[in-house]
Amino acid sequence: MTNELLLWLLPLPPLLAFALIVLFLNKSNKASHTVAILSVVLSWLGSMVLFLRALGIGAEALAEHPMHDSLVWLPGKTSLLRIGVYLDPLTAVTLFFVAWTIVMIFVYSVGYHNYGQPKGDHDEKGYPPHGATVEEHGHKHKVPSIEPMYARFFAFVSLFAFGMYLLVVSDNLLTLFAGWEIMGLCSFLLIGFWFKKESARAAAIKAFMTTRVGDVFMLLGIAYLYVATGSLAYTDVFNPEVLHQLAHSPAPVLGMSVAGFIGLLLFIGTVGKSAQWPLHVWLPDAMEGPTPVSAMIHAATMVSAGVYLIIRVFPLLHAAAEVPEFLSPMPIIAFIGAFTALFAATIAVAQNDIKRVLAYSTISQLGYMVAAVGIGAYVAAAFHLVTHAFFKALLFLGSGSVIHGMEHGVLHTGERIDPQNMYNMGGLRRKMPITFWTFLIGGFALAGFPVVTAGFWSKDEILGEAFAGHHMGVFWTLAVAALLTAFYTMRQITLTFLGEPRTEAAKHAHETPWTMTVPLMVLSVFAVGYGWVGVPKYFPVLGGLLPHWFQEWVGAVFHLYVKEEQAVSHSLVPLLVSILVSLGGLALGYVVYRGVTRADQPDPLARPLGPIFTLLKNKYYFDELYAFLFVRPAYWLAEVFTFRWLDRTVIDGILHAVARLSWNLGQFLRNYIDLPLINGFGDALGEGAKGFGRLFRAIQSGRVQHYMLVALAHVVAFLMLVYYYATMS
Amino acid sequence: MVAYWIFALVSLLMVLAALVAVTNRNLVRATMGLVLVLFGNAVLFVLLEAYFLAVAQVIIYIGAIAILIVFAIMLTRHVGDAWGPAFHRAWAWAVVVAGGLAVGLLFWIAHWPAADGKAKSPVDPQYTKLLGKALVAPDGYVIPFEVASALLLAALIGAIYVAWGGRRVKGPYPQRSEEKEA
Amino acid sequence: MIPLGAYLMVSAALFVIGAFGALARKSAVAILIGLELMFNAALLNAVAFWRYLHPQGFDGTVFAIVILAVAAAEVAVGLALFIAVYRRFGTAEADEIALLRG
Repeated sequence: MTNELLLWLLPLPPLLAFALIVLFLNKSNKASHTVAILSVVLSWLGSMVLFLRALGIGAEALAEHPMHDSLVWLPGKTSLLRIGVYLDPLTAVTLFFVAWTIVMIFVYSVGYHNYGQPKGDHDEKGYPPHGATVEEHGHKHKVPSIEPMYARFFAFVSLFAFGMYLLVVSDNLLTLFAGWEIMGLCSFLLIGFWFKKESARAAAIKAFMTTRVGDVFMLLGIAYLYVATGSLAYTDVFNPEVLHQLAHSPAPVLGMSVAGFIGLLLFIGTVGKSAQWPLHVWLPDAMEGPTPVSAMIHAATMVSAGVYLIIRVFPLLHAAAEVPEFLSPMPIIAFIGAFTALFAATIAVAQNDIKRVLAYSTISQLGYMVAAVGIGAYVAAAFHLVTHAFFKALLFLGSGSVIHGMEHGVLHTGERIDPQNMYNMGGLRRKMPITFWTFLIGGFALAGFPVVTAGFWSKDEILGEAFAGHHMGVFWTLAVAALLTAFYTMRQITLTFLGEPRTEAAKHAHETPWTMTVPLMVLSVFAVGYGWVGVPKYFPVLGGLLPHWFQEWVGAVFHLYVKEEQAVSHSLVPLLVSILVSLGGLALGYVVYRGVTRADQPDPLARPLGPIFTLLKNKYYFDELYAFLFVRPAYWLAEVFTFRWLDRTVIDGILHAVARLSWNLGQFLRNYIDLPLINGFGDALGEGAKGFGRLFRAIQSGRVQHYMLVALAHVVAFLMLVYYYATMS
Repeated sequence: MVAYWIFALVSLLMVLAALVAVTNRNLVRATMGLVLVLFGNAVLFVLLEAYFLAVAQVIIYIGAIAILIVFAIMLTRHVGDAWGPAFHRAWAWAVVVAGGLAVGLLFWIAHWPAADGKAKSPVDPQYTKLLGKALVAPDGYVIPFEVASALLLAALIGAIYVAWGGRRVKGPYPQRSEEKEA
Repeated sequence: MIPLGAYLMVSAALFVIGAFGALARKSAVAILIGLELMFNAALLNAVAFWRYLHPQGFDGTVFAIVILAVAAAEVAVGLALFIAVYRRFGTAEADEIALLRG
C-alpha cells in the first residue's frame, strides 16, 4: 500500500468499529470489545508502518517532501476547498504516541470495566457498577460487577479514536477542526458516561460548554485564515510568502498583524481544549468519567490535540513574532502557559482525590508545553507532549488500577469510604506490586527524576531553552512548578503505596487483571525509554553517547519557515536547577507525608500554610468565581431579563397586541361579512336544494306503478300535444 | 257475414275477458281471463288470414306463457288467495290515465282516413312458406331472427339465475331505513 | 270485409284495459297480466296493419314474431323476478315494495 493510501485509511477502522457496535454488535460485550480493539490495533499497525517508513525517508527529506495527498471537497468562491492527509515528522511522532496510548487504553478498558465478571445485583444503566454477590467456597462475598453499558463505552471510545486519528493525519485546519469537535462530543459523552450521576452530568456539560468557548474562537481564527489566504491547507498557508504577507498586514484589533491575530484566536482554541488558565475548570471535573477516559481524553490524546495545534501553527506565530511593529502573540502564550503550569501545580498539592491530583498535574504539564511554544521552543514542546502523553497515560491508568483495587477492597469489606481518596489508601505496594512499580516509574517521569526518566529530558529541554532564550520569568516559574510537581508526585506515591494500610479496604485491595497491568508495563517502557531519543548534545558524558534524534527529527519540520537561531546554551544552570528541583521535591514529598498514619488525619501542610492551603484546596475558588461571574448572571439573564422582561413583557406584549388586533379583525369579518353574506349565500343555496329535494321527494315513492303512471300520463299528454299541432298545421 | 258475427262476438268476449283479467282479485281467475283474451286474439289472427301466427299465438302464449304464470302463482304461497283489495289506493289515477289514453286512441283512430280501408290484395296461399324462407334469408330477416333467439337465450339464463336463489343473503332482509328508525 | 278500424278499436280497448291493469293492480302477477294484454294489443295491431296495408310483405308478421319472442322473454324474466322478490320480501304486492323511495 502506498503511504498516502495508508494515511487515508488510518482513521477509518475505529469509525467502522463505532458504526458496527452501535448498529449491530451492542448486544454482545465480547463482540464489541473485540471489534473495537481490533480496529485500533489495525490503526496502530498502520501508524507503525508509516512511522517506520518515515524513519526510512529521513527527517530532512520528509520535512521537505511530506507524504501528502488531497482531494477536492467543496468549490469555494475563488478556490477549491481541498481536504487531505499529511504526514511530516511532527505528524509521525504524534501518530506514534497516539497509536500506542490508544491501543493500551483500549486493552486496559476491558479489565477496567470488569469484563468476565458477573452482572451486578442492582446495576443500572447510567450508574457505575455496584458489585455482585457470588457464592464461593460456601460463603457469600461481593465482587466487582461488569459495566452495564460495556458495549456503549467501546462505541464511544472508538469514535473518539477516529476523531484523534482524523485530527492528526489531516492536512488542513478544517478537518483538524472536525476531528477536534468529534473528540469534543465524545468527551462530553464519556465524561457523562454514568449519566444518572448528577455530578457526571454537570461535569459533562461543564466540559462541553467550557471547551466550546475556546472552539468558537478557534473557528473564528480558521474562518479569518480562510478569508485572508483562501486556503486552510498547511502546505498553502505555511508558505513563506503567504506568511510574510500575513505577518505584515495589520489586523483590525489589538494592534496585531493578521498572522498574530489568527494565531491568538487559534491559541484560544488550545486554551479551551488543553485546559489552560482561565478555561482550565472543566478538566478536574471531567474525572467523573471512567478512568480509561481520563487517561485517553484528559492525558494522552485530546488535551494533547490543543498543544499539537499550536505546534502545528507555530510558523504562523513565529512569523507574527518576527515583525516588531505589531504586537506579538508569543508573550501571551508564554505567560498563560507558565502561569497555568505553576497555578495548577499549586492546586495539585492540596488535592486528596488521586485522579484530581493527576488532573491538575495534566493542566500544569500542558502549561509547560504551551509556555515552551510561547518562548519559541516548539521542539521541546513536542518532545514534552510525547513523553507526557506516555507517562501521564501510565499514571492515569495506574490510578485507575489503584481505584479498581481499592473498590475490590471496599466491596469485600463493605466499608463506606471513598476509594479514590488517597488518605484511605497506604501500603498498596505489597498488594499491587505491578501497579506500584509502574506508577512509580510514571510518577518519577512526571517529577523529572534525573537521567533515567523521559520526563527529565523533555522538561530539562524546556527549562534549557527558556534559560538560553533569556526568558527568565518563564524559567523560574517553570522551575518552581517543577519543584511542586515533584513534591505532589511524591506525596501521591507516599500516601498511596508507602507506609501501612490506613483502612480495611486498603488491606484487602487486590492486584488488577492482566488486561490492566500489561498496558501499564508497556507504557512504563516508553515512560522511561522515550527520553533517551532526545538527549541534548551538550549534556555531560551522555550527550555524545545517546542520540539527539528527536530534536533533529521534529526540528526539521519548520526549518523552512523558522530561521534557526543557534543560541543553544551550554550553561549547566538549567540542568542543575532541574535536577535539584526534581530530587528536592521528591525528597520533600516523602519526608512530609511519611508520617501520615490515619485516614482522618489532617494534611501535614494544612497547619503551616493555613489559609493558603484552604485556598489551594478549593482551587483558588475558580469554580465559585465562574459561578458568580458567568453562571449566575446567565441564570439571571435567562430568568429575569430574557424570560420575565424580554419574553413575558416585550415579546408577549407584542404578540398579544397582534393577537388582539387579529381577533378583532376576525370578529368584524365574522359578524359583518362572513355570517350574513357568505354564510347566508351558502345557507340559501343549501336550504334551497333541500327544499327542492323535500318537494320532489313526494314523487319518489319507490313504487313502480307510480312511475309507470306518471310516465304514461306524460306519454298521453305528449301525444295530445303532437296531435294538436298536427291537426293545427 | 259470418266473419262479421264472429268478429263481433269474439271482440266482445275479449274485452269482457280482459276486464275480468284486470279486475278479478283471484289471480288464477284473472289468468283464465288472460287465456281467453289470448285465445280470442288467435281467432282474430285467423280472420286476418295469418294462420301461422294464430298457431304460434296458441302455442306460445297459451301453451307457454299462461302456463308459466299459473305455475308462478302456484309456487308462491298465498299470492293466489283472494284476499285483500285487488287495486292499490291510487287506482283512481290509473283510471284517469287509462281513460285519457282510451279517449286519445279512439279519437285518433276515428280521425284516421285509412281506418276504414279494405285490404289491398289477398294473402298468398304460399305465404307461410315464404315467411319461413324470408326469416332465414341473408337479405331478409335473419339478423332480427337471430337477435330474437339470442334474447330468448339470455332471458332464459337470466330467469334461471334470478329465480335460483342459491346464493341467498343470510339473516334478515334489508329493511327500509324508516322502518328501522321506527 | 271488416274494416281496419274495427281491429284497431279492439286493439285499443285491449291496450287501455291492459294499461289500467298494469297501473292499478296490487299484485305483481296481475301487473304482468296487464302487460300481456298490452302486448297482445300491439300484436293484433301489427297483424291487422300487415293484412290491410302490406299483405305481400313480411315486415308485419316478422314484427309480430319478434313481439312474441320478446313477450316470452319478458314473461320468463318477469316471473323469475317475481319469485325472487317474493322470496326476498315475503310478498308480491308491488305497492309494498318501495326500496327506491326517496
